[in-house]
Amino acid sequence: MLIESLPQLFEGLKITLGLTILSLLLGSVLGILMAVGRVYGKKPLVFFIYIYEKTLRGIPLLVIFFLIYFGLSQIGINFDPFTAAVLGLGLRSTAYQAQIYRSAINSIPTGQMIAARSMGMSKLKAIRYIILPQVLRLSIPGWSNELTIVLKDTSIAFSIGVIDLMRQGRYIYSVNHELVLQVLLIIALIYFALVFSINKGLNYLEKKYKMTGFEIEIER
Amino acid sequence: MVKNNGGIKKLSDFIGFFIESLPKLLDGLYLTILLTFISLALGLILGLLLALGRVYGKTIISGICAGYIEIIRGTPLLVQLFIIYFGFPQAGISLEPLTAALIGLSLNSGAYQAEYLRGSIQSIESGQMVAARSLGMTKIKAIRNIILPQALRISIPAWSNELIYLVKYTSIAYIIQVRELTAEGKFIAAHSFRYIEIFAIIAIIYLVLTFIFTEIIDRVEKKLSIPGIGTIKRLEQRFI
Amino acid sequence: MNMLKVENIHKIYGKTKVLAGVSFTMEKGETKVIIGPSGTGKSTLLRCINQLSPPDKGRVWLEGIEVTDKKTDINLIRQKIGFVFQEFNLFNHLTAVKNVSIALEKVKKMEKEEAHKEAMNELKRVGLKDQADQYPSQLSGGQKQRVGIARALAMNPVIILFDEPTSALDPELIGDVLEVMKSLAGEISMLVVTHEMGFARNVADEIIFMEHGVIAECGNPDKMFKNPEKKRTKEFLGKISSLYGEE
Ligand SMILES: Nc1ncnc2c1ncn2[C@@H]1O[C@H](COP(=O)(O)OP(=O)(O)O)[C@@H](O)[C@H]1O
Ligand SMILES: [Mg+2]
Repeated sequence: MLIESLPQLFEGLKITLGLTILSLLLGSVLGILMAVGRVYGKKPLVFFIYIYEKTLRGIPLLVIFFLIYFGLSQIGINFDPFTAAVLGLGLRSTAYQAQIYRSAINSIPTGQMIAARSMGMSKLKAIRYIILPQVLRLSIPGWSNELTIVLKDTSIAFSIGVIDLMRQGRYIYSVNHELVLQVLLIIALIYFALVFSINKGLNYLEKKYKMTGFEIEIER
Repeated sequence: MVKNNGGIKKLSDFIGFFIESLPKLLDGLYLTILLTFISLALGLILGLLLALGRVYGKTIISGICAGYIEIIRGTPLLVQLFIIYFGFPQAGISLEPLTAALIGLSLNSGAYQAEYLRGSIQSIESGQMVAARSLGMTKIKAIRNIILPQALRISIPAWSNELIYLVKYTSIAYIIQVRELTAEGKFIAAHSFRYIEIFAIIAIIYLVLTFIFTEIIDRVEKKLSIPGIGTIKRLEQRFI
Repeated sequence: MNMLKVENIHKIYGKTKVLAGVSFTMEKGETKVIIGPSGTGKSTLLRCINQLSPPDKGRVWLEGIEVTDKKTDINLIRQKIGFVFQEFNLFNHLTAVKNVSIALEKVKKMEKEEAHKEAMNELKRVGLKDQADQYPSQLSGGQKQRVGIARALAMNPVIILFDEPTSALDPELIGDVLEVMKSLAGEISMLVVTHEMGFARNVADEIIFMEHGVIAECGNPDKMFKNPEKKRTKEFLGKISSLYGEE
């Protein structure tokens, strides 16, 4: 019985992983833009980003989900649960990733920017070719932490009806009541194995891409 | 003029709706705060035991504590709540939603607090332990009088993070039928179809809560600060 | 009966034999200075005496009680053996006076007021009455070390072990600490690991020269400085004296 339900859990796992990857991607792109905006941008932009970060970090993911999924449909913007979940997770992750990249940017000596500009690079080119490559490497620890948090929090998308690992599990044990504990423990094990291997893998990456002469010093 | 009147009407309508919803929201807020503080306190006790076990325990104890911390930190809170609420009855333990949520949040918070505390304990130079022992203190006395007073102070900022984390993550208890703030909001919205308004209000309540809590802890931190004892920087381990 | 008797102490860390049979005795009020190159096991020897690092072989007696006996309550013995550390090891969350009184309260179970009074007396003795309410981070190195000495003294020990008490200090701060130690000589037994040759020559009753985990030579300062039996002793003392001066 339990074995038979494994393929079903696997379907859910695919959705869970899809959610994780897409929302991280969204969060990375917007997060980098916001970090750059907050460090190098003009006052109003800096202020807007500041408010954005504070707000998305101050309210529960569940409330963000409800605002996007139910709230927006009230004014005629309808998303399917999966898209709503990606938006919610991604927009929130943006706020956290922006902070990760920002502290990485700030840890790069200002001399590097000055040196790049003195060679005739434009500000954008300097950011693109000099600052960002360093920032990305410095951000690995913070990012790996964020990755596992997003992965774990995809489970909350259950609440707006995404058919992820959690909900597939629910389908299984609502039919076979006697399997509740087993199914939930298998789900826990799957999450744990994922988080564990991500941590191990990224530790390895971190060591491999560690820049010599650069201590990775992001507050963790 | 007409437009303006419409605006005023909308506003007074909103205020009326807000006042109408207030009693329910306050009920929910009460549960949210209750969940937060009880789990924070129980989590602290558990976290202390786990951290001490990890740092000072023999291999087996230390290993058990490390294992517990890793497992809790490696799985989603929602899964933990589900195991306690839906899974335990199968093993003959049926719990009320609120009790299940309290246990789950405390067990979860304990693992994270253990990690903060362990960091703080290990940041205290080992010489102080040696000095305490040289004065005839037992290991337990030394931990109690020398190590913990410092470790707890050093952990205050991390602890404030944990508080903020809990405020937000208590909302997950909604999924196992606890009628905390988010749940109350959901019920009101389901009846009135005013999702945007109600969840905007709720978002603001959470923001205000986190703001107030951060302020209080900052004050406590200043008040308890001792020259020369730093506090570890705000950790980003969990969402701040 | 000797006040302190150390007999054939051996200590091995991993594969290195750090102490290879050290024996000596001390009497009440005696001051002994241990000198020797670094890595010779001087600190290890001190830690073996109060069991912070129990020796692998050998025995220690204090006032006739065997310290190395597993049945002896070591926390009771440690109250009688003061320890002053090279790195001070003050308790950072406590003021100077609390650093001194904490063990009186928690170990000797004294009342708070009494412990405070006692602690103030000890601070006066080391010349730090005015710094009583400062935290370690607000004190200079010399002041920290004097708090360390007051903390050891407060327990009313029969002997104090000093492990290079001035090595972490700026030269201009060493004098104050040595003054305090000098003032204790004769009143209380002291076993001092130090490179301060002036102190060794003027205060010590005996100098022990350790090398490679054993006592290479010992004797009164006159003999050790003027007519050492071994060439190594002469070499070492000559080198140390030129490095650290003789006051
Ligand atoms: N806790 C320990 N673990 C392993 N080796 C140690 C330890 N303590 C001291 N040692 C080793 O023992 C030797 C003697 O050290 P120590 O007693 O500190 O010498 P000294 O105080 O004379 O400089 C050194 O080689 C040191 O590395
Ligand atoms: Mg030494």
